[in-house]
Amino acid sequence: MNAVDFILAGMLAAATPMLLAALGEMVVERSGVLNLGLEGMMALGAALGFITTYTYQSHALGFLAAGLGGAGLSLLFALIVLGFVANQVAAGLAIGILGTGLSALFGKSFESLTISGLPKLALPLLSDLPVVGVLFVQDAVVWLTIALALAIWATMNHSKLGLIIRAVGENPHAARAIGFRVLPIRCAAIGFGGALAGIAGAYASTVYTPLWADGMIAGRGWIALALVVFGTWQTGRVVFGAFLFGALSLGELTTQAAGVNIPSQLLACVPYIVTILMLAVISSNRRRMRLNTIASLGQPFEK
Amino acid sequence: MRVSFIRRERASRMAMLLAPIAAFACAIVASVILFTLLGKAPGQALYSLLLEPFLTWYNFSEVLLKMAPLLLIAQGLAIGFRANVFNIGAEGQLIIGAIAASALPVWYPQGDSGFMLPAMLAMGALAGMAWAGIAAMFRTRFNANEILVTLMLSLIAAQVLNYLLLGPWKDPHGFNFPQSVMFPDAALLPILLPGTRVNISLLFALVASALAYILMRHRFAGFQLLVGGLAPRAARYAGFSEARAIWVSLLLGGLAAGLAGAAEVAGPLGQLQRSVSTGYGYSAIIVAYLGGLNPWGIVISAFVMSVIYIGGDNAMVSADLPIAAVWVFQGLLLCFYLAGLTFIRHKVSFTRKPRATP
Repeated sequence: MNAVDFILAGMLAAATPMLLAALGEMVVERSGVLNLGLEGMMALGAALGFITTYTYQSHALGFLAAGLGGAGLSLLFALIVLGFVANQVAAGLAIGILGTGLSALFGKSFESLTISGLPKLALPLLSDLPVVGVLFVQDAVVWLTIALALAIWATMNHSKLGLIIRAVGENPHAARAIGFRVLPIRCAAIGFGGALAGIAGAYASTVYTPLWADGMIAGRGWIALALVVFGTWQTGRVVFGAFLFGALSLGELTTQAAGVNIPSQLLACVPYIVTILMLAVISSNRRRMRLNTIASLGQPFEK
Repeated sequence: MRVSFIRRERASRMAMLLAPIAAFACAIVASVILFTLLGKAPGQALYSLLLEPFLTWYNFSEVLLKMAPLLLIAQGLAIGFRANVFNIGAEGQLIIGAIAASALPVWYPQGDSGFMLPAMLAMGALAGMAWAGIAAMFRTRFNANEILVTLMLSLIAAQVLNYLLLGPWKDPHGFNFPQSVMFPDAALLPILLPGTRVNISLLFALVASALAYILMRHRFAGFQLLVGGLAPRAARYAGFSEARAIWVSLLLGGLAAGLAGAAEVAGPLGQLQRSVSTGYGYSAIIVAYLGGLNPWGIVISAFVMSVIYIGGDNAMVSADLPIAAVWVFQGLLLCFYLAGLTFIRHKVSFTRKPRATP
């Protein structure tokens, strides 16, 4: 398998954990809340997903447990920032540390066990194409994630629900004045984002690399947060960014396989360096940032 | 029945004092429930976590040893947090500081010059500052969010450390362990309390606390910093610069973390190791908040957090709890504290829900 085939075949799966988490966070941020605890929620989802899948030999149950775990942790966040009107940055960090700790605590006795991943499903016709055919042979979760991205795009841009969420994010006081209940809507968005983050973690630990190891999320939650900024809160751009990062993380492996003499630790830095540069390029256009940034992002809402 | 928060006219001092204590109590209750669910003996866990650190002089001295880096870093970070500049990459700044400080003893393992130690500390502090400075540059020049940039820089720093310890800086006689050569005596900090491992870095941390207090309360620069971060527009009218607040916050935070890193390798470790930081950079964030972002409050919270660190080490052995339990406790503590802060500016009101008139 040559490098191009390898990257094309694997980039969607590599992108999926970051994409799922980023899509959830995008909805949360559009409702005006910044949840920095993504890394912790993903870690908790990864641990719970692996434990459940290993114990019951069912990926579906694993994803369910991870989704519930992520949502549960995010609702604790919601209680702190919405109920107690706390600083969202600090609360997000607290949830991140708590989630990482819980994942290590629960996952401790499941280290160095393995499970099987998910079978790949080929899209008929498209997968027979030359060169790009390998792109269309993926597991079910990858396909569902892409479908979910479409659903989120349609909901955010072309439905009443999307309009309400955006209204709450752009101007919560106006939204309240016309009769929308700001806090329940934000709470639902946070729970949705938490569930997706948990599922994203479970995908990393039960499908992409089917094993649990402490610290396995390795910054992917933070990259997902950066992807939301990179995508300027637009679904299509977030998806594009995630695929770009998926390809990039595989480029690392192909460079090593090609025998290029760069230490692996330095290659592992590439996604982090690219994240910084990418943020700089997108954010330096201050006018575009001001147009796209959610107006009430990070501001507590009090009547 | 309807529960709602009503804004107080002025902040409640009572709540300010009670919030951290109540948070601590709640975190204990929550951890007991969690440990019981996990089938660990909660009594033994709490005993190890909270009491054992005080029972022997050696354990207590270890608490003071841990306190030095936590206090130093937290004071640096709090300067930024007060100005709404969120440097969450102290972990990376500490690692880079430790690496820079290690360069001298790694290159001159037989060195015995009296300048070695001061040079190491200076290099560590400057390197931490430079590492944080990258984030300040990206924030002021390209408007890139400092939370994400400092965090990414931490992940990069960890990889640089791995690279050095697995490659060029690995001790050739170290049985292939990822660690550097042992440092010569000239590269080690003097011991402060004889018979313990507590070194003079504790004094650095206390001096830093005093300086942070002076900066905050008695210097115009501290006020400018505060306004620059909290109200950038007001600051601009007054001629204070937001960019300056960002630079000063990040550089001071990086300096403190870099110095803490240098003091770790020149102190208890005596060599550069992969585990040069056991999450000090992240715990320091909690320490800073728990201390109410107040220099004296931070001294207390740094002490409490060090007790939990040492207690966690004990609990690992005596109560069979993984070290992650310490993270869980810290996370819970900050969650409860943030919730408790609400009562400083708000009071709770219970009102009966108005019945719909039939």
